[in-house]
Amino acid sequence: MGEFRMPALGADMEQGTLTEWLVHPGDHVSKGDPVAVIETAKSDIEVECFEDGVVSALLAEPGTVLPVGAPLALITSEAETGAVPPVADERAVSRSGEPTASPEPPVAPDILEPAPPPADTVTSPLVRHLAQDKHVDLATVRGTGRGGRITRHDVERAAAPPVRIRATPMARRLASEAGIDLAAVTGTGDAGAVRGADVRGWAAAHPAPDGRREAADHVPKAATAAPHRATSGPATDGPGARDQRRETMRSAIAALMARSQREIPHYYLSRTVDLARAMAWLNAHNRDCPVSRRLLPACLLLKAAARGAREVPELNGHWADGRFHPADTVRLGVAIAVRGGGLVAPVLVDADEDTLPHLMSRLKDLANRARTGRLKSSETGAPTITVTSIGDRGADAVYGVIHPPQVALVGFGAIQDRPCAVDGLLGIRPTVIATLAGDHRASDGATGARYLAAVERLLQQPEEL
Amino acid sequence: MREALTADDRVFLMGEDVGKYGGAFGVSLGLLEEFGPERIRDTPLSEAAFVGAGIGAAIAGLRPIVEVMTVNFSLLALDQVLNNAATLLHMSGGQVSVPIVLRMTTGAGRQLAAQHSHSLEGWYAHIPGIRVLAPATPADARDMLAPALADPDPVVIFEHGSLYNTSSDLSATHHRRADIFSAAVRRQGDDVSLITYGGSLPKALAAADRLAADRVSAEVIDLRSLRPLDDATIMASVRHTNHVVVVDEGWRTGSLAAEISARICEQAFYELDAPVERVCSAEVPIPYARHMEEAALPSTGNIVRAALRTVGRNG
Amino acid sequence: MSTARKKSPKNEATRRGVGSSRTARPRPRSGARNDGEAEDKHRHELLAAMLLIRRFEERCVELYSASAIRGFVHLYIGEEAVAVGVTQALEPADAVVSTYREHGHALARGVPAEAVLAEMYGKVSGCSRGRGGSMHLFDAGRRFYGGNAIVGGGLPVAAGLALAEKLRDTTNVVCCFFGDGAFAEGEFHETANLAALWNLPLLLACENNRYAMGTPLTAEHAQTDLAMRASSYGMPAWAVDGMDVLAVEQAARRAVDGIRAGHGPHFLELRTYRFRAHSMYDPDRYRDKAEIERWRTRDPLTVLGTLMRTLGELHDEEYADMERDAAEAVARAESFAEEALLEPTADLLRFVHSEDQVARHGDDNGHQQQAEHGDDVPGGVA
Repeated sequence: MGEFRMPALGADMEQGTLTEWLVHPGDHVSKGDPVAVIETAKSDIEVECFEDGVVSALLAEPGTVLPVGAPLALITSEAETGAVPPVADERAVSRSGEPTASPEPPVAPDILEPAPPPADTVTSPLVRHLAQDKHVDLATVRGTGRGGRITRHDVERAAAPPVRIRATPMARRLASEAGIDLAAVTGTGDAGAVRGADVRGWAAAHPAPDGRREAADHVPKAATAAPHRATSGPATDGPGARDQRRETMRSAIAALMARSQREIPHYYLSRTVDLARAMAWLNAHNRDCPVSRRLLPACLLLKAAARGAREVPELNGHWADGRFHPADTVRLGVAIAVRGGGLVAPVLVDADEDTLPHLMSRLKDLANRARTGRLKSSETGAPTITVTSIGDRGADAVYGVIHPPQVALVGFGAIQDRPCAVDGLLGIRPTVIATLAGDHRASDGATGARYLAAVERLLQQPEEL
Repeated sequence: MREALTADDRVFLMGEDVGKYGGAFGVSLGLLEEFGPERIRDTPLSEAAFVGAGIGAAIAGLRPIVEVMTVNFSLLALDQVLNNAATLLHMSGGQVSVPIVLRMTTGAGRQLAAQHSHSLEGWYAHIPGIRVLAPATPADARDMLAPALADPDPVVIFEHGSLYNTSSDLSATHHRRADIFSAAVRRQGDDVSLITYGGSLPKALAAADRLAADRVSAEVIDLRSLRPLDDATIMASVRHTNHVVVVDEGWRTGSLAAEISARICEQAFYELDAPVERVCSAEVPIPYARHMEEAALPSTGNIVRAALRTVGRNG
Repeated sequence: MSTARKKSPKNEATRRGVGSSRTARPRPRSGARNDGEAEDKHRHELLAAMLLIRRFEERCVELYSASAIRGFVHLYIGEEAVAVGVTQALEPADAVVSTYREHGHALARGVPAEAVLAEMYGKVSGCSRGRGGSMHLFDAGRRFYGGNAIVGGGLPVAAGLALAEKLRDTTNVVCCFFGDGAFAEGEFHETANLAALWNLPLLLACENNRYAMGTPLTAEHAQTDLAMRASSYGMPAWAVDGMDVLAVEQAARRAVDGIRAGHGPHFLELRTYRFRAHSMYDPDRYRDKAEIERWRTRDPLTVLGTLMRTLGELHDEEYADMERDAAEAVARAESFAEEALLEPTADLLRFVHSEDQVARHGDDNGHQQQAEHGDDVPGGVA
C-alpha cells in the first residue's frame, strides 16, 4: 500500500491546494500518470504518481489546502490487490462447486479467455481522454483493471499493440538512457535483433531537432522492462524517504568526488571574460520578450560551454580503460544544487545545437525537476562534460572537481562589474571568471587554454550563439 | 622449483618419477642430484597415499609440492583433495591448515587419447577451500609457485601439457612473484572479449591476430586463477567490449565456461550486445587420431568464428 | 593409611588425559601381591579412563534421544580398552589421526569432555567450533588431527604427518586408528606400502571390531587374519586382545618403542567388539544377540575390574567413587555444552581459507573480512 502525497513542486513550496482529481477510486494507475492537479503559489501543476497500482481511496477533497507530504490518496500495488480479479473468483467458485471436478488452484487471470467487458465499464476521465486522443473505441477494448475496468495500458495497447522487440540487453540499456524508442531502430543483429551499435547509429543519425528525444517512458513497456526485475513494493515518498534519498545522494557524491581526487590529476586554468557585449545583447533580447521567455545569462554561458566542447573535442568524452574516448555529441552536464543539500548534474543533450530560447526552457524545466527529484532516466545518463555555475551564490570563481569518467569541468563564477582594461583605458565592465578543471591524463594545459579562449570568443558574439 | 627448494628447507617435491626420471615431462630434471632423495621423493603409484601424505606433511608444517602425473590420475586422489585438503581447516574450526601445493598436467593436444587428455580444472574449481591456478605462460608457471607455497591453504596448479615445450627467456634478473588472484589482460581490444586460460591462451591470441585482420579488435583475458575467479577483470572487459567468447578446453556441460557465462549474465547483463559464446571441447572422450582429436578441441578457427558471430559478422 | 606412595616418573609422563586429574586416594590393601604400588595406581587410572568414556557415551545416547545431539553418532562402547591402552604409549609430541568413532580416542588423548560434548551440541565452544560434530573432533594443540569420516581417508594423512617427523629427524610417532573396514580400502594398502617403503614412524592401530558397519569380517575379507596380511608389507605386525587394556598397553609400548628406535611402521590388530549398533541410526539386525552377550562377558571394564578385585586393589567403595567422579565429569561436560553459545551464522564462511588470506584477497563469495594481516607464511599447526 502506497500513499500518494502532496509533492514538493518547488524549492520554496510548503503547501498546495488540491484543485482536481484526474483519477477515481478503482482506477489503475501507472508510474508517471498524472493523477491530480495541484495549485501552488506559482501555477497549477498536473502531478504524477510514482508507482503502479490501483487507486484504492482518495483522502482529500478538491479545494483543500494541504502541507507538502500530506497523504492525498492510497494506491494499492497489484500484488496486494491479489492476482485474481473478481471475475476469475466467480469462475473458480463455480468450478469447484461441481462435484465431479477435481480441486484446482485459481486460474491466473492472464490465461483466462477474455471476459466480456461489464456493461457499465468504468473508466477514469484520464482514460477516456486518452482514448479520444488515440481514436480508440472503448467498447472494443478489453479491460484488465479491477473488475474488468479499462486502464490506460489497455487503451495504449489498443492504439498500438505491443510488439516484442528483439534487442540485446546493451541496446535496451542504451535506448533507455538516451530515451530512444527501440521500435524506431532497425536491428542488424541475429534475426533482426537491435544491437548496441544500431542504437548508437540511430542516435547519431537523429540528432533530435528539438533537442529532446522521445522520453523513455513512451517506449512500450514490453520493450523496456527488464526481464528479471521484480515488482518492487509500494514506495512512499514521505519525509523519511526523502532523508534517505538525500543520504544516498550524499554518499554517492562522496564516492564520486573521492574517486576523482584519487584518480584524476587535475590541472586548473582560468580566464576573465568580458561580458559587456553579451549582457547588452541579452538585455535587448529580453526587452522584446514576455517574462516567461526571457533569457538568463546562464543560458548564454551554457551554450558557449557546449559549443566550446564541440570545438575542442579533446575535452568532450570519457576516460576509460587507460585512454580517452571522445564523444560524438555534446551531452552537457549541468550541476544543480538540490534543496536540502547535495547536487545533481542532469544532462542537456546536444546543448551545442539547441536554440537559446529552447535551451532556456529546457534549463528551467530541468532545474525545476532536478530540484524536486523528477529527472527522467534519459536526463541522468553519462554527460560528456559538466558545467558548474555558482555565480548567483556569490563566488568569484569555481575550481571544480571533475566527475569521472569525464575529463573536464567548466566553472562560471558570479557575473560582476569589475574594473577592466579596455582599449587602453580602465573601464567598468560586467565580467565572469571562466575556469576549467582538466584531466591531465587526457589533455594538457594548452588544450584547456584553447577551450577557454573558444568560450570567450563565443561569448563575444552572442547573436551567433 | 629450484628456487623454492633453495629458499625454504620446508619445501620438498614428491610424486611419481619426479626424481631419477626427472619428471614424466622432464619438469624436475636435475633436482634429485641437487637436493637429494629426501626432498626429491619418488613415490609408488599410489596417488591417494602420496597426495594424502603431502596433506599430512603440510599439516605438520612442511611445504610439500606434490606432483600428480595427469589430471586423470588425480581422480585416484580426489578423496584426499576434497575430503581432507579442502575440508580440514573448516572441519576443525580453523585449527588445521593445509599448505600443500599440488601440481598436475592437464589437457589434450598430444594424441594421448582418452585417459591422459582431459581438462578437469572445472571439477577442482568447484571445491571451496582450495585455490586453483592455471598458468598459461612459462613466466607464470615459474612465478606462481612461490606465492602458491606461501599460501597457507591448498593450491592446485594445472599445467597444460602443450605448454611444457614452449620456452621463453626467463633471465636471471626475472625474479618477480606473480600474484595468484587476478586475471591478466594479454591483449587489449575493443570489440570482443576472448576469455580463456591455460592451454587455450595461445589459440585465443592466434584468433585475436586473425580477427585483427578482419578489423575486429579482440581483447584476450587469461584467467590465471580459476578459483577464485577474478570477476572484476572479466566484467571490466565485458563492459568495454560488450561481446564475449569464453574458450575452455573442458567439456561444455557444467564447465568453467558455463560458470563464467552465468556470472556475466548476473553481473553484466545490460552490457551484453549478443549472447555469450562458448568454445569448448566436444562432448566425447578425447580420441587418439590426430584429426579427430583436433576436431574435438577448441581451435583458433572455432574461436574466430564464434567471435565474428557475436559481433554480428558472419564471416 | 597406606604408606606414602612414590610417584613413578615414567607413569607420570606417559599417562595423560582423563583420569589423570584424579588424586590417588589411599585405600586398604588386602592382597599380598607385589605388583608395586605404581602399577596398582596405574590400573586405577586405566579403569577410570575407560569408565569415563563409557559413562560419557551412555549419556550421549540419552542426549541423542532427547535431540540435543544430532547427525551421525558412532559409539565406542565395548572398545574403550583400545583407545585407553594405545594412548598410554604416546607422548604429548606424538600425533593421532582417528576415525569417525573417536569420542574414546579424543577423551583418552586428553581432549576435555566439555569440548567434546559441546562439539556434539554444535556449539562454538566445541573442539571444532561446532563445524565438525561427533565425527570430526579436532584438537591441534594436543596433536589430535581429527575424526575422519571417510573410511581409510585418515591413513595417507597420518603417513604424511609421519613423513614430516622423519624429515625433521624427530623421534615422534604418529598413531593412526582405523577399522577392519578400512583394511579393505586401497588407501590402507597404499599407505602401508608407502610407510614401510619410506620407513615412516607410523603406528597403524587397526581396531578390528569384526563388523564394517553391518558386514561381518568373514564376508568382507578373504583372509581374516589382518595382522598376517599387514606383515606382508614388511612391517612388524601382531594381533592383541583388544578387550584387555593391559595387553593393549603392553603391545602398544612394544610397537612404539620399535618405531622410536627407527624400525619403521608397526601394525597392531586390536581385536575388539562394539556392544552398541554401528550408529544411532542402526537397527543392528545383522548380529546375533547371543554373540553380543558372549562378548559382553569380555567387557574391558569387567576384565580389568575383575583382575583388580582379584589382586585386592579395588573395593566397592572405591569403585563407587570412581563412578561418581565419572558421573560428575559427564555432568560438568553436559552443563558446559548446554550453556555454550552457538556460532553466529555471519561466521559461516570463515575457515574456508585461512583468515589472513581472506582479509587480503576476499573469499570466494566476494566477501572481505576485517582481520588482521598475518605474516606472509603463517605456519601450519606444528
